[in-house]
Amino acid sequence: MKKTNYSAERQKYLLGKKKNKIFIISCRILILIAILSLWEILATLNVIDAFITSSPSKIITTAKKLFAENNLTYHMSITLYETFMGFMISAIFGYLIALLLWWSENLRNVLEPYIVVLNSLPKIALGPIIIVWFGAGIKSIIFMTIIIGIIVSIITMLNGFIATDNNKILLLKTMGASKFQILNKLVIPSSVKTFISMLKINVGLSWIGSIMGEYLVSKAGLGYLIVYGGQVFKLDLVMTATVILCFMATVMYLIVAFIEKKISKS
Amino acid sequence: MKDVLKFKNVSLTYQTANDEIKAIDDLSFSVKDGEFVSIIGPSGCGKSTILSLIAGLISPTKGTIEKSNDDVGYMLQKDELFGWRTVIKNVYLPLEIKKINDKEKKEYADHLLNKYGLKKFINSYPNELSGGMRQRVALIRTLVFNPSLLLLDEPFSALDYQTRLSVCDDVYKIIKEEKKTAILVTHDISEAISMSDKIIILSKRPCSVKNVIYTHLDGDTPFFKRESKNFTVYFNKIWNELTYEKN
Repeated sequence: MKKTNYSAERQKYLLGKKKNKIFIISCRILILIAILSLWEILATLNVIDAFITSSPSKIITTAKKLFAENNLTYHMSITLYETFMGFMISAIFGYLIALLLWWSENLRNVLEPYIVVLNSLPKIALGPIIIVWFGAGIKSIIFMTIIIGIIVSIITMLNGFIATDNNKILLLKTMGASKFQILNKLVIPSSVKTFISMLKINVGLSWIGSIMGEYLVSKAGLGYLIVYGGQVFKLDLVMTATVILCFMATVMYLIVAFIEKKISKS
Repeated sequence: MKDVLKFKNVSLTYQTANDEIKAIDDLSFSVKDGEFVSIIGPSGCGKSTILSLIAGLISPTKGTIEKSNDDVGYMLQKDELFGWRTVIKNVYLPLEIKKINDKEKKEYADHLLNKYGLKKFINSYPNELSGGMRQRVALIRTLVFNPSLLLLDEPFSALDYQTRLSVCDDVYKIIKEEKKTAILVTHDISEAISMSDKIIILSKRPCSVKNVIYTHLDGDTPFFKRESKNFTVYFNKIWNELTYEKN
């Protein structure tokens, strides 16, 4: 980045850009503060019933209490483990299956209706079957996460592979490239962007999968806390778990965004 | 001079879901060593198919194609450089594909890059280069494994007019200096006249040779050849051949 010798117009332009950026960020923070303080004030003044709506201060107290009892980290780690396992397995296997389907057009055509059906099926409907097959535990939840993520991963990646520029394939063929070389030198590197967007979609789906799994069957985890809190009418607990969930999902998304930046730079 | 390529009564019919299409009908021509040959014809007449036949990507239904050497270099409409590879890695690509780890070939690539003004850019990515430079890199990539025959499939059609004229000159110069035989497929009459020694005019589909014109023009570069006196004569001749075809 050059710093010196900007013309007056350029400086004005840059200053304007910077001001605008500061404005946007301030607005974002202000909205958050406004919502939180409104929530808190209305709850303190008893305009809204804090028993039903909870309040920011109560959320902090609950979080502190849970944390002190060492429960919070336990629940967080359970959910994180399920989400992460589901994410990794559906990303890796989704990628490999998509490769296989790219490789064999016949296999792709044969399996197409199955993929369409599996994609449109609401996976939660399989809940009871999964519980019977895998038992009432983490295994079921991870499996739920996988089936929610993997179909979309396969479809996204396969579309990315198929979208490879035909002229580039022709070019490699004129050089005498084998199918494996076309895959290795062209199809995989040219679909890096699709790979990243597959990861991004998968982050969201994995959280849906793990929380939905915990709703169905669980003894621990943030989803469990939310369901349990709802059943015993501890809305403080529900809100606390939800806020923490927001936080964790954002961190995971940011990690993927960071990987994206690293990859697209190189 | 000996023939490096010979088409003998080549016909090609290909199948699609709806129809059987006869693309080439009884096509015969030959290309001599060191010649620059243009193939020109109405659009959709199967010009690119001829290049695919030469490259061995498809086989003729009837007739034979004789090649003195199997190594052909193929250059497409767009440069088709791989955006995730640096210039030098793009140029080495054919060597990687052919699994050649030959110091001499790599040195030849480096030598070509130096010679044609790309030394500074060997570690740049294609998106940092101008259209003309990219096309030069694409040509060098084609030359790396020293093919005896170059196939150019409208390699300038994606460029703007000004770049096109200068890249035309560059490519012509490189091909002549490296003493290559080249076959250019184009629908641009001026380009065909300014670059080639021999122009093969094709009929519409199913295509066969309609006429062959040998050009003799003053000037050493395509750009100057365009100013030659005979240029318009050739232009009108080809124009008429192609226009009568359409009626």
